[in-house]
Amino acid sequence: MVGRAEPLRQRLASGIAVLALLAALVAAAFVALFTAAAQIEPRLLWEDVHLRRVVAFSFWQASLSTLLSVGLALPVARALSRRHEFPGREWLLKLLGLPLVVPTIVAVFGIVAVYGQSGLLNRVAGALGLPVGQYLYGLTGILIAHVFFNLPLAVRLLLPAWQSIPGETWRLAAQLGMESGHIVKHIEWPLLRQVVPQVSGLVFMLCFTSFAVVLTLGGGPAATTIEVAIYQALRYEFDLGQAGLLALLQLLFCALIVALIQLVGRTPHVEPLTGVRQLRPDLGGRGARAADYALVALAALSTLLPIIAVVMAGLTGPVLSVLGEWQTWRSLLLSLGIALCSASLAVAAAAAILVASRELRVNRYRDRSAEAMELGGSLILVVPPLVLGTGLFILLRPVVDVLAWAPVVVIGVNALMGMPYVIRLLGPPMTRITQRHDRLCASLGLGGWARFRIIEWPLLRAPIGLSLALCAALSTGDLGVIALFGSQQTTTLPLLLYQRLAAYRMDEAAVTALVLLLLCLALFVVIERSVAGRARA
Amino acid sequence: MLVRSLITIALAAFAVQAVAQERPTLTVYTYSSFTAEWGPGVAIKESFEAECDCTLEYVAVDDGAALLSRIRLEGANSKADIVLGLDTNLMAAATQTGLFARHSVDSAELAVPGGWDDDFFLPFDYGYFAFVYKKSELADPPSSLVELVEGRADQKILIQDPRTSTPGLGLLLWMRKVFGDEAPAAWAKLRGRVLTVTKSWSEAYGLFLEGEAPLVLSYTTSPAYHRIAEGSDAYAAAAFDEGHYLQIEVAGKLAGSTNQPLADRFLRFMVSERFQQHIPTGNWMYPVIPLPDGLPAGFESLIVPARALRFTPEEVARQRKRWIDEWLAALSR
Repeated sequence: MVGRAEPLRQRLASGIAVLALLAALVAAAFVALFTAAAQIEPRLLWEDVHLRRVVAFSFWQASLSTLLSVGLALPVARALSRRHEFPGREWLLKLLGLPLVVPTIVAVFGIVAVYGQSGLLNRVAGALGLPVGQYLYGLTGILIAHVFFNLPLAVRLLLPAWQSIPGETWRLAAQLGMESGHIVKHIEWPLLRQVVPQVSGLVFMLCFTSFAVVLTLGGGPAATTIEVAIYQALRYEFDLGQAGLLALLQLLFCALIVALIQLVGRTPHVEPLTGVRQLRPDLGGRGARAADYALVALAALSTLLPIIAVVMAGLTGPVLSVLGEWQTWRSLLLSLGIALCSASLAVAAAAAILVASRELRVNRYRDRSAEAMELGGSLILVVPPLVLGTGLFILLRPVVDVLAWAPVVVIGVNALMGMPYVIRLLGPPMTRITQRHDRLCASLGLGGWARFRIIEWPLLRAPIGLSLALCAALSTGDLGVIALFGSQQTTTLPLLLYQRLAAYRMDEAAVTALVLLLLCLALFVVIERSVAGRARA
Repeated sequence: MLVRSLITIALAAFAVQAVAQERPTLTVYTYSSFTAEWGPGVAIKESFEAECDCTLEYVAVDDGAALLSRIRLEGANSKADIVLGLDTNLMAAATQTGLFARHSVDSAELAVPGGWDDDFFLPFDYGYFAFVYKKSELADPPSSLVELVEGRADQKILIQDPRTSTPGLGLLLWMRKVFGDEAPAAWAKLRGRVLTVTKSWSEAYGLFLEGEAPLVLSYTTSPAYHRIAEGSDAYAAAAFDEGHYLQIEVAGKLAGSTNQPLADRFLRFMVSERFQQHIPTGNWMYPVIPLPDGLPAGFESLIVPARALRFTPEEVARQRKRWIDEWLAALSR
């Protein structure tokens, strides 16, 4: 930490150093990839029929996924904000946070168990004498999975917009006798217009770069995204040149999307008001109430069903024999170690960037530069982790035993993947501290460790805890880089699950999925509780 | 310190293997169904360790084609001593990497169709690709590749990706053999019948056993598994008039291996009875030497292709990329 005695420049130095290191790593990875490539044929990017379709499909599925996720999230979030009395509302909100923490591959397992050929829905349909459909492979499967992940995310991101409407507004609306249509037009829409582009942009990016979902549910060359094509170029054909070019292409598209979002609207600073009951005048009669309840119940059910399916399948599987295997525990330990290291690294690196960016924002009024720094920390959103991992792998290849070092590469890449979330969670409170306490600290001569201990830590405990917990859970469930470099000794729990799924040992896979799910949830809860402490409440 | 304990936890998981390494370790990269509990890997490891005073360690990758990418990625510093599980279709590409060393085994006596003559690779089993079906589900299976392509679109088939899986590549070459330059058009026609393209053989076969589709690309020897291991006569391979594409699976020694004598010893062991006896009922393929007791009962009822189809490794190496691109273009429509 930095104090008054030190020149302010130092506050910037840490962040700039971290960013420079990040940029150097990414650049080195690309250079390594292209130098090691046998041939580089950029013309393939526009000449190859298959690649053109891959790009088109990436956009098509991401657009549909965004439309469905955000389109469905809007009425659900509205219903949730209207119905404060909804039974178990608190739990419901927690439940909607689950998909962010549930490992993709576990969720895919659950989705197959619900929507697959011999899944729950088909069995129910069969029992009712309805035609049994087979639709999980290809676009449909991808859309189902993307909605599972992004509908709850969108609801959670949209909800604060409604909660930021103060009670006075509603009283005013009631006095003016505004009806639902007017409320939408004059109160809700102006707010949503700020938030929806941001949320849609985020969801679009997540779907555009989706990997594990498309890899497992895509079902052939017709449903391939750029991210999967990169994996295929690396894994199937060892075409480093093409992988690098595809990565640059994806980077370009993502950068365009980010620019577009920035253009449409800047990050809205909606601060949800807690505990304000929304006494809106249009709560209406039974019909509206029933519709709201049905919407929320449906959203909850679609989130809950796949997770319940995972738990059920796991419990009815060969629990003892899987838990008796050393392989399971070794993978679990490795995943745990990687998760803790990468989460710490992510929070440390993000904090260094934020120290610099808040300094820029608050004390030097350089808003744009601050935002640019924070965007830089979210670099991984546009750089495919697989390309980064492969580049690092090739760099390390002549120096060390890369197989044994795979976990270290994974720690680094996973930390990068966590950073965008940390920056989002830690940024606002850190900025607020500077706004409110910098002068006080200066006048008291409070700096360095003392300032961190007395001022920052008590206020940042909660977001730090949440950040660590989220990063650890994300890292635990990640199947990315390790899918390329894992070996017997460096099999993480998601990779073990993937191998068991691929070998079609479904019983064992079911138990492994449950173990992985429990590990993620346990890590999340334990870390958040222990770090955030009482400050949470 | 918190940080130190974190690092300790991370390292603990893979530090375990670093202890107790007095005996030399032979590292064999292979595909996952070889090392699975039901595969031949476990028994072969035991037999070899009993005579070599060494430890045999497998590193498993999904399927044969992924194996080659992995070796290329790791390059000259790879920990692998032996790569086991490529096939003749990938052999020339593998040789071109320059990562493999010549073997010192006399292969003239090996009983593979067409004989064996290659400086770098040795065969360890062979078989013929075929579409396998469940008799009760499919009364009149297709009797030729042409019939398969022209057949009913609602009768789905499960196939593998030629970029990752050696059976997938086998089907690509089979189609080429039968349809020649018309292959892309034939693929476009077949596309409607494909339920899904999986990354590995085991994935497709698993889906088939779950009843997701009535036909799966596998081997003529697959029914032997159900007959011998499960005592079930329910499955059969469809005999195709045009002949069946031959697959010979091979292994090779890495030039960068630090265990050259041990690796040579493994290759000699591989074409001996002690390894080969595990092939018919472990990998469910044909052995490359005549076994003293002949093939296990159950193998006699398998279909034997009238013609074994194959391209030379050099031809495949030359055309593979182009043919795969055609396949991609046909299937991604």
